[in-house]
Amino acid sequence: MKKYTYTEKKDTRSGFGAGLSELGKSNPKVVALCADLTGSLKMDAFQKDYPDRFFQIGIAEANMMGIAAGLTIGGKIPFTGTFANFSTGRVYDQIRQSIAYSGKNVKICASHAGLTLGEDGATHQILEDLGLMKMLPHMVVINPCDYNQTKAATIAIAKYVGPVYLRFGRPAVPNFTPADQNFEIGKAVLLNEGSDVTIVATGHLVWKAIEAGEKLAEKGISAEIINIHTIKPLDENAILKSVSKTKCVVTAEEHQMNGGLGDSVAQLLVRRLPCPQEYVAVNDSFGESGTPDELMTKYGLDTVNIVAAVEAVLKRK
Amino acid sequence: MAQTEDLKKLCAQVRRDIVRMVHAVSSGHPGGSLGCVEYLVALYGSIMKYDPRNFTMDGKNEDLFFLSNGHISPVFYSVLAHNGFFPVEELRTFRKLNSRLQGHPTTHENLPGVRIASGSLGQGMSVAIGAALAKKLNKDASIVYSLHGDGELQEGQIWEAAMYAAGNKVDNLISTVDYNGRQIDGDVDKVLPLGNLRAKFEAFGWTVIDNPKGNDLEAVTSSLQEAKTLSGKGKPVMILMHTEMGAGVDFMMGTHKWHGSAPNDEQLKKALDQLPVTLGDY
Repeated sequence: MKKYTYTEKKDTRSGFGAGLSELGKSNPKVVALCADLTGSLKMDAFQKDYPDRFFQIGIAEANMMGIAAGLTIGGKIPFTGTFANFSTGRVYDQIRQSIAYSGKNVKICASHAGLTLGEDGATHQILEDLGLMKMLPHMVVINPCDYNQTKAATIAIAKYVGPVYLRFGRPAVPNFTPADQNFEIGKAVLLNEGSDVTIVATGHLVWKAIEAGEKLAEKGISAEIINIHTIKPLDENAILKSVSKTKCVVTAEEHQMNGGLGDSVAQLLVRRLPCPQEYVAVNDSFGESGTPDELMTKYGLDTVNIVAAVEAVLKRK
Repeated sequence: MAQTEDLKKLCAQVRRDIVRMVHAVSSGHPGGSLGCVEYLVALYGSIMKYDPRNFTMDGKNEDLFFLSNGHISPVFYSVLAHNGFFPVEELRTFRKLNSRLQGHPTTHENLPGVRIASGSLGQGMSVAIGAALAKKLNKDASIVYSLHGDGELQEGQIWEAAMYAAGNKVDNLISTVDYNGRQIDGDVDKVLPLGNLRAKFEAFGWTVIDNPKGNDLEAVTSSLQEAKTLSGKGKPVMILMHTEMGAGVDFMMGTHKWHGSAPNDEQLKKALDQLPVTLGDY
């Protein structure tokens, strides 16, 4: 079993900011738009260094999505930035018509996703965004796990032509992905090989899956751990290959059980390789105020929950 | 540049196209389409510079038009076809299965002349602003035009866009409101009054032109020309174009009832009797 370590914890939103700054330097077509959350999205460096290519839209997210769609007409590659809640649910129809249906090359970059936004509470803690976005035809949906992977994903999506939803978050989390790791859209990262169970995790739950793998090993359970940073298109081959070996799966995500990564995996397996599955996800509930750690514990998104889900799924094999 | 008499003939033919298109599929929006004939004929006939035979999405160094009130697709399609974007015969396919002429315009079927999907209202001004900003970044001095329904102004996004365009000096944008005073449920003033539109847009920081004769080709052309001379001066320009919903077909005027209903066979005949064939039916 591969042992993962990290030297520091960093927030994924800062990975986005760093990636955007690199794009500012390397790709003159890249422009950025923000709806009054420049500091929160870590877009300040881009704003300072490339003022002509930065658009402060104000608190008007619908207008931001429309302007982003328009900027593609003229060859620009717009990156919009605001909280995940205001990047999806608030502007769903604008994204649907002006971006997705119109096939516009807009990168919708969304921070503060999920419970780990913390104290602001449920109004801001969107847990439905992955489902909303993956239902849109041809929308690419990406949820990287740490700073380095978010930075690499930000740079990678500029090369892809078409609408992308890139989701990241607020808290500092272990930064363990090698800085030079290539980010390939739609390609899962196999973190650990195992034989008893497949754990498929995304975003902040990836590190917790690694921790769960260590605890399971102590109990003599061999877990194969897959980091699914791209929820759509899903790396079906990676999942099928693993599950054909382990015969059961646990999915883990900071999202509603309805419509998230777990449902994408279930949809694949029910068609191709039916087998027991357990979800680690929020079960039809809004969040609330609290620290990120407290919330992840209360809503069942912690390392212990992954361990328990594995033990439950093994009994169903 | 087409002559005024030619453009007047085109207006008459476009009106025939509109009623025939919606009649053929018993669906679509003839009222607003008929009211915007002069605007679109003037815009594509004598105001904008563009290359219909080599349509590109980016439209570099071309003027661009965005139809925000996408339900008046019949007039848009007819004017695009008569100006060379695609064969006029293709109007036959309007709203039919496998057509590029969807009920509401879309880029999805790659119809030349269309740069954004519209239909869900209130989105087109934002898109036009984005395209105008891209032109500024590209040092492209062309102008971006957009058209909006008056009822559409009830959508909040329009006012987000209006605030942005003025606040950021998007002065290569000329928007027009089809001010016919009617929407699906009745008179705009009864459904949700717009108040003093000139004062509202001026308060937002726009230059506003009133055109009381939106179905008079010369008057519309003159407003658009005036708008062009006012562009590039630090403010977006708004034309409040007073039109008659259903203009040109007597029984479709003076009511909101033809906003989204198609004529039957008898009504089609009655309408066509009022609209001379000028360029030949498709």
